[in-house]
Amino acid sequence: MTSTLTPVRSKRSALTKGQLPKYAPYIVLAAALIVGAAILALIGFNAFGWGIVSALLFAVGLVSWSAAVEGSRKAKDRLATCLVVGSFLVALLPLVSVIWTVLVNGIPGLLNPGFLSSSMNGVTGVYDNRAVEEGAPVLGGIYHALLGTVQITLLATVISVPVGLLTAIYLVEYGNDGRLARAITFFVDVMTGIPSIVAGLFAAAFFFAVVGPGTKTGAVAAVALSVLMIPVVVRSSEEMLKIVPNELREASYALGVRKWRTILKVVIPTAISGIASGVTLAIARVIGETAPILVTAGFATSINSNVFGGWMASLPTFIYTQILNPTSPANPDPSSERAWGAALVLIILVMILNLAARLIARIFAPKTGR
Amino acid sequence: MTATSLTSTQGAGRAGDKVFSGAALAAGCLILAVLFGVALFLVVQAIPALTAPAAEIQGGAGFFAYIWPIVIGTLIAAVIALVIATPIAIGVALFISHFAPRGLAAALGYVVDLLAAIPSVVYGAWGATFLAREISPAYNWLADNMGWLPIFQGPASATGKTILTAGIVLSVMVLPIITSLSREIFLQTPKLHEEAALALGATRWEMIKMSVLPFARPGIISAVMLGLGRALGETMAVALVLSSGALTASLIQSGNQTIAAEIALNFPEASGLKVSTLIAAGLVLFVITLAVNMIARWIITRHKEFSGAN
Repeated sequence: MTSTLTPVRSKRSALTKGQLPKYAPYIVLAAALIVGAAILALIGFNAFGWGIVSALLFAVGLVSWSAAVEGSRKAKDRLATCLVVGSFLVALLPLVSVIWTVLVNGIPGLLNPGFLSSSMNGVTGVYDNRAVEEGAPVLGGIYHALLGTVQITLLATVISVPVGLLTAIYLVEYGNDGRLARAITFFVDVMTGIPSIVAGLFAAAFFFAVVGPGTKTGAVAAVALSVLMIPVVVRSSEEMLKIVPNELREASYALGVRKWRTILKVVIPTAISGIASGVTLAIARVIGETAPILVTAGFATSINSNVFGGWMASLPTFIYTQILNPTSPANPDPSSERAWGAALVLIILVMILNLAARLIARIFAPKTGR
Repeated sequence: MTATSLTSTQGAGRAGDKVFSGAALAAGCLILAVLFGVALFLVVQAIPALTAPAAEIQGGAGFFAYIWPIVIGTLIAAVIALVIATPIAIGVALFISHFAPRGLAAALGYVVDLLAAIPSVVYGAWGATFLAREISPAYNWLADNMGWLPIFQGPASATGKTILTAGIVLSVMVLPIITSLSREIFLQTPKLHEEAALALGATRWEMIKMSVLPFARPGIISAVMLGLGRALGETMAVALVLSSGALTASLIQSGNQTIAAEIALNFPEASGLKVSTLIAAGLVLFVITLAVNMIARWIITRHKEFSGAN
């Protein structure tokens, strides 16, 4: 090794000239935080404003420093990076805020005695007024709503899964990409975009016409939810059936197995993990739907375990009515406590379903050779 | 094995094949029937409202006088939602696809998907109790300083329950839709295009501007259209957040109403002609969202071979 080839450490090499050092963003960030705190201290400090002002100062500082040292192209690149990262942070704000609000308001509601095991039957504004004025425990719970949600969703699943799965089988195994198959694919896509309230109105209009005006039961709500759920099941099952290798089908045919037995015994078992997780995600999607249940099942305050008769409560409509029409208009606090408690339960349900979908997909995934 | 047992199993198998393929075909046709049934039953139940004398419809001036303010209100709320959500969603999608460290990208994508997992009624409750209260000082500021613009005309609503708040809540709800669709498309940009741009000395932003965005443009447009479809039909966020009223130009006063919220607020107690009127309003909403979704899907299918997005 000759000494001429070793770079001179004391000076910056020609390759890195005109570049900000690696630690430049950290310096600017620290400066922005300090200056931001100083500015906010002048006009009254709050953490949210501090974040906003510091972020703006950071972007302006880094971009102008970069423009001075590195030129306009690099400065634009840094500006774009700041904007992209900033938009991600902005998108996190509502998520954090919603989860925080639900936790802070929901946990006291959830801890009320009998919250999960009693209904709102007989709980009137008198009790709520007493709870606020005399510190009595907040009565009433979500048992009836929980029961309704579980029943309606279960019935919707029972309707949607066979229809959705069979449609997916038709599209993948029998459709041959013909005109009907393409029409079904297109309209399934269009159906995913039906507003949930229109699905509810359809179910209501259908039962008004067939059974009689004013028919509102859990079953009507289940039909409305199936309209929303079927396209999701079709899409996810179709994707899963498509990725089953053709060699498996051909091997089965070569052994003389009929097409329907091939589908039942080879194709579906191979894809079952994906199908199951797709169905679970579809349930997670419809379990939080409010509008279709509102127009099809009405709302009840007492336990109704018959899906085919009478109005029925559900968690989302429970939240909606407790916030919009508090049990005691003079003291809405107990009602909103119950509503947030129910919201927390609902979110936990949805999260469990989402996690379950991931676990199902992982545990029951077909074993690959790797 | 005898010949009879062979033929008999064959017969059973053939019947099974017929039954199975018939069931699959029937399920497919049922879906088409349901979609046409949605349109049919809405039309049948809406006819009384469309043919009733003008004076009997709510407002006393006929169905079209009743429907057009809430159609405009629906469009205003949806446009606010898209104006806010589109740039942020594209930024988030770019962040996950091209900026975030590889190992983190999947986890960050899951975090954004969490936004979609939260039920709409929870967003509505959050908007009505938290966001409306926190944002009303900003509305006062807007009314004081930007009041010369018709859309920010004062006096601002004291509760903050305005169409702008509803639009902001809607934007949070459509954000994950636009993000996840655009992210899929950004990830499908041909690697060779990106590497060619970088090899020519482009910065990361220039590479995105030259190779990723032109490639993804039709996909972004259809993602925004699908977000629009969701924003038009979303009910709970508006029903809980907005204190509704007559059509007003100002976004920071209470007033305006959307079709979905109008139905949700009035349908449970409605009877007789009012039911027909609301179902007719639902029909209008159905037609609008159907048109938006079909255009979006058409854009996607037209570019399917080109972009690989669906």
